Amino acid sequence: MDTTDGTKFSRGAAGRRPTLLGLYYLALISLLYLPIAILFLFSVNANTTLAFPLGSLTLNWYQKLFESSALLRAARNSLVVAVGSSFVATALGTMVAILVARYHFRAKNLVLALAVLPLIVPFIVLGVALLLLFAALGIDRSLWTVGVAHTIVSLPFTLIIILARLAGFDASLEEAAMDLGASYLTTLRRIVLPLITPAMVAGWLTAFTVSFDEFALALFLAGTEPTFPVYLFSQLRFASRLPVLIALAVLLMTGTLTLVLIAERIRRTDY
Amino acid sequence: MDRRTTFWLLCLPPLLWLSLFFVVPLLLMAAFSLRPDVRGELWQWWTPTLNQYARALATGSFSRLLGISTLMALGVAVSATVLAYPVAYFLVWRAGIRAGLFLLLLLMPFWTSYLLRVMAWKFMLGSEGVINSFLLYLGVVDNPLTILLYNRGAVVVTLIYVWIPFAALPILVALQRIDSSLQEAAADLGASPFWRFWRVTFPLSLPGVLAAFFMVFIPTVGEYVTPLLVGGSRGAMYGNIIQDFFTKAANWPLGAALGMIMLVSTIVLVAVAVRVVDLRSLVEQ
Repeated sequence: MDTTDGTKFSRGAAGRRPTLLGLYYLALISLLYLPIAILFLFSVNANTTLAFPLGSLTLNWYQKLFESSALLRAARNSLVVAVGSSFVATALGTMVAILVARYHFRAKNLVLALAVLPLIVPFIVLGVALLLLFAALGIDRSLWTVGVAHTIVSLPFTLIIILARLAGFDASLEEAAMDLGASYLTTLRRIVLPLITPAMVAGWLTAFTVSFDEFALALFLAGTEPTFPVYLFSQLRFASRLPVLIALAVLLMTGTLTLVLIAERIRRTDY
Repeated sequence: MDRRTTFWLLCLPPLLWLSLFFVVPLLLMAAFSLRPDVRGELWQWWTPTLNQYARALATGSFSRLLGISTLMALGVAVSATVLAYPVAYFLVWRAGIRAGLFLLLLLMPFWTSYLLRVMAWKFMLGSEGVINSFLLYLGVVDNPLTILLYNRGAVVVTLIYVWIPFAALPILVALQRIDSSLQEAAADLGASPFWRFWRVTFPLSLPGVLAAFFMVFIPTVGEYVTPLLVGGSRGAMYGNIIQDFFTKAANWPLGAALGMIMLVSTIVLVAVAVRVVDLRSLVEQ
């Protein structure tokens, strides 16, 4: 920025007056938040129908939420599936990331491709394929089958996040540890894992939000125990229950957002 | 060899897991699509036949729906990319020190429940929904407009809405990589702001634009949830017929063949995309 008109081209040269682009951004953001704001509005609105004019302000729906055991049970199911599948996806993602970043072997690109391929396979295809597998094996659909599906679709995310971290520091620390007599497994445990812990946590949180929100696979693979999105979907046709569902969804949305923000913070932490 | 043992320790769990729960299911689906009919037990031997594919391709409504779904995905991907571009441009070149905050604000809707955002549009567009009740309240219309919901237009609008934040990301990354001295050079040589953008900035951001396009297009082709919620019977997509054959209609072999057609076309498309867009140019330092 030493030239006279350098700032004109530098990133983030913000003028004081609102620009056309700034207004466009503002309009788009408002449009993006409008439906979410409307959901929130209906969660504190006394009328059961989602229509204007609005009724009086109420926290009734949030109160009723804790009286609906099926609803809370579905939310708990989602929590269990998300926590479990995220641990598996993070463990597998860490293994593949270390393999790809620290080993040289012929099938490396193949392993990497296989692990990220779930990103491009349409969920409907993966869903029916897993449905076929579990039917062929005679396994009843349950939270387990949903969890297994979620480990597959979360793996690319944990892998990419952890791989980026591993690529970020050079292998000389590990070489030093091994020169001092540590076995490679010990080196991984004592040197590599502590260094990639932030990425593993960020990966876990990302996998958690992916699983917690996932509906397309869960609809095929959930048995009698629904996850929260599946339950939400099944209740959609009962108009009178909607406000309570929306109230819980707003709460869960807040929770997910908090997790995402934490994940971002941790991922960006450098030390 | 110690490092070798560790290699297998690291290698086997992910490979076994991915084989069992990813590769085998897809192979099983491929095998199932070669079944002659729905009769017989699940494990019963069958003579492979291409009958299901012949039926899938010969049924006009299936191939038409595949074509329509592709067109819808094309429309969604182009619109989301075009609408996201100015936002990415704003964030990189104009937003100043608050760019981080503005970006977070843009991405936050993407991290809220997908199902719920789609549902929100149902509440917006429905005959008793927000737009209609608001119009009735104002007295602009006498009867609720029914053309807003349960058609392909509603599906496309909802999907564009869902994908805009996501489409902005690769464009943003591509714009951030542009060396601003190139624009200075163009200015020094007398290029107007428009030409600077059109001849310098835009061509350099093309990898990001194409990445955004494919990142929206690919999941949209396989979409079945959004049509289920806001599309109704008139707004169904190709994914919905696959879903139907595995649930209501219970014709798994035909459903598997339809699924294979989708899987293969998606993989071909991605192979093309990877050739067109040098994805590494977006990630490498």
